[in-house]
Amino acid sequence: MSVDTRVNLGGLQLKNPILTASGTFGYGLEFAQFGHLKELGGIVVKGLSLKPRQGNPCPRIVETPCGMLNAIGLQNIGIENFLKYKLPYLPFQETAIVVNLYAQSEEEFAALASLLKKEEGIAALEVNISCPNVKQGGIQFGQNPVLAAKVIEGVKKNAGTKPVIVKLSPNVTDIKEIAKAVIDAGADILSLINTLGGMAVDIWTRKPALKNVFGGLSGPAIKPIALKMVYEVCSNFNVPVIGIGGISCIEDVLEFMLVGAGAVQVGSANFKRPSLSFELVHQLPEIMRKLGISGFQEWIGRLKT
Amino acid sequence: MFNKTLRVIDVQRIDNAPLAHLFLETLSLDFKPGQFVMLRPCQWEYDPFWPRPFSICTQDEHNMHIFLQIVGRGTQKLAYLQPGDEVDCWGPLGNGFEFAVDEDLLVLAGGMGLAPFIALSRKHPNPQKIRLVFGHRLDLDCYPWHLIPAEVEKVALQQETQTALKDFEKRLQEEIFSHSGKVFACGPRPFLQVVYKYARQAKADAYISLENKMACGIGACLGCVTKTKQGYKQTCVHGPVFSVHDLEDF
Ligand SMILES: Cc1cc2nc3c(=O)[nH]c(=O)nc-3n(C[C@H](O)[C@H](O)[C@H](O)COP(=O)(O)OP(=O)(O)OC[C@H]3O[C@@H](n4cnc5c(N)ncnc54)[C@H](O)[C@@H]3O)c2cc1C
Ligand SMILES: Cc1cc2nc3c(=O)[nH]c(=O)nc-3n(C[C@H](O)[C@H](O)[C@H](O)COP(=O)(O)O)c2cc1C
Ligand code: FES
Repeated sequence: MSVDTRVNLGGLQLKNPILTASGTFGYGLEFAQFGHLKELGGIVVKGLSLKPRQGNPCPRIVETPCGMLNAIGLQNIGIENFLKYKLPYLPFQETAIVVNLYAQSEEEFAALASLLKKEEGIAALEVNISCPNVKQGGIQFGQNPVLAAKVIEGVKKNAGTKPVIVKLSPNVTDIKEIAKAVIDAGADILSLINTLGGMAVDIWTRKPALKNVFGGLSGPAIKPIALKMVYEVCSNFNVPVIGIGGISCIEDVLEFMLVGAGAVQVGSANFKRPSLSFELVHQLPEIMRKLGISGFQEWIGRLKT
Repeated sequence: MFNKTLRVIDVQRIDNAPLAHLFLETLSLDFKPGQFVMLRPCQWEYDPFWPRPFSICTQDEHNMHIFLQIVGRGTQKLAYLQPGDEVDCWGPLGNGFEFAVDEDLLVLAGGMGLAPFIALSRKHPNPQKIRLVFGHRLDLDCYPWHLIPAEVEKVALQQETQTALKDFEKRLQEEIFSHSGKVFACGPRPFLQVVYKYARQAKADAYISLENKMACGIGACLGCVTKTKQGYKQTCVHGPVFSVHDLEDF
């Protein structure tokens, strides 16, 4: 049986549904030694801001059961350095390069969008209104439907024809509320989830494990929460969704798609096995055949409830 | 760069000491002393989640030798692997120690910090150029001291008491101030802090190898950064070896 791994998310065409999650795949090039970047469905690069950022003091990461906490604080080289020194070396003609955007105000988000609207190498923008590790911006937009809508309206106005993905935070009482607000504001695609707020402490030193005290939890530990949130959004709204959260094996990919995700992002699991995302792409045809599907339209959202 | 699943050939635990020698199938890779590999046994599945970084101690056509200290869950599990178990391994990673074969090296090792210097002294074409000062807590025969070539001028000093630690600190100061060439150091953080302090005072051409926590080992997560004059840099790609003069806030 021949299978077709392509997916289409509201105008964003991908050769397969496997992307890599922002902050877990560097600027992409770090992983070129572990596989062919062009084979991926897409690469979402580390969150970029208008100006370079240094991020938070150390320790910034700590391992937790089946996952990790991070409080990187969006250290990044800045959008201009990315466009100049990284993008030209990425296989943007063969795979979707998605830029993850971080800003502290609506104006900055809009400025980032207008900088990128003419960049041919960029397939889509992912607006990060869900980072728990920065004092300004980030989650404060992602937890407030009114602010979130304003940010997305501004980005949409300035992004030209580029699809705008809005990345949602799980640190809310009702994910549907914020999803509705950003959909109404013009979001083309939603991606979820970002990390969950968490902390770890050391009884011997009586100190928090992270200098920032709080961090964002990721990895297999959060998968059931992510799956539920993706399902809630997909079953309530007619918008393409990218599922994120703990995806670590090919079955996980199929699970997120079954509850409605049109594509997925592999995050922290890239650390435990840097060749993983490439391997998942290679494993797609076989699992599709085993499940008896020739294309993902036969699978996405087909959960029997 | 290799990224392979390697079989465990042998594990030798040291009696009455939290130390073990792990022998893996060889990668036959070309590596610089001070470079490291990430190891993650396949049986770990999702927990422990991260791979663990280790210096390459020695390597020949038969095996790659890692010398490890049991400090937590990961190293405990690594020390109890069985022959035949599989371990995902990628490397060599990081910058390693840079030196010319004809320069005099002062090498300062604290405890497990000996591991990369076993590689350095065995790969060095003129081991007589190396002066090695080794501070250790456990008895010397717990360490693979015998793997260091005879030509190396070596001193081992045991610290079992606070007084001995103070004396060792003084000794490090003297060694650093009386040496005119490059200084390399690797060991626990308090030890490196002493080296850092005196090496900066002495304006020595000194390099220390940092053991920061790492999640990826390849520069992608930004979790292992250290503060340098040029801002936060990933220890796994810009290090683990840094000039003491580039490091801030250490
Ligand atoms: C480049 C590099 C090379 C290394 N080479 C070697 C080597 O050759 N042999 C060797 O035995 N170890 C080496 N290490 C250290 C080793 O990676 C850690 O000891 C190991 O990751 C700890 O894992 P764990 O799960 O046992 O400890 P965890 O459960 O993660 O931690 C247990 C305890 O150990 C402490 N700890 C954890 N990691 C470190 C660390 N890196 N330094 C000091 N304390 C730590 C923690 O604070 C905690 O108290 C190296 C580290 C780096 C970065
Ligand atoms: C070290 C680290 C850095 C991250 N940086 C970003 C970022 O810059 N922007 C962003 O939107 N998400 C960031 N994330 C969140 C991930 O993209 C992802 O949403 C989250 O980790 C959940 O997926 P996972 O469980 O598969 O890791 C980061 C996650 C980690 C672990
Ligand atoms: S360990 Fe991930 S950047 Fe160094």
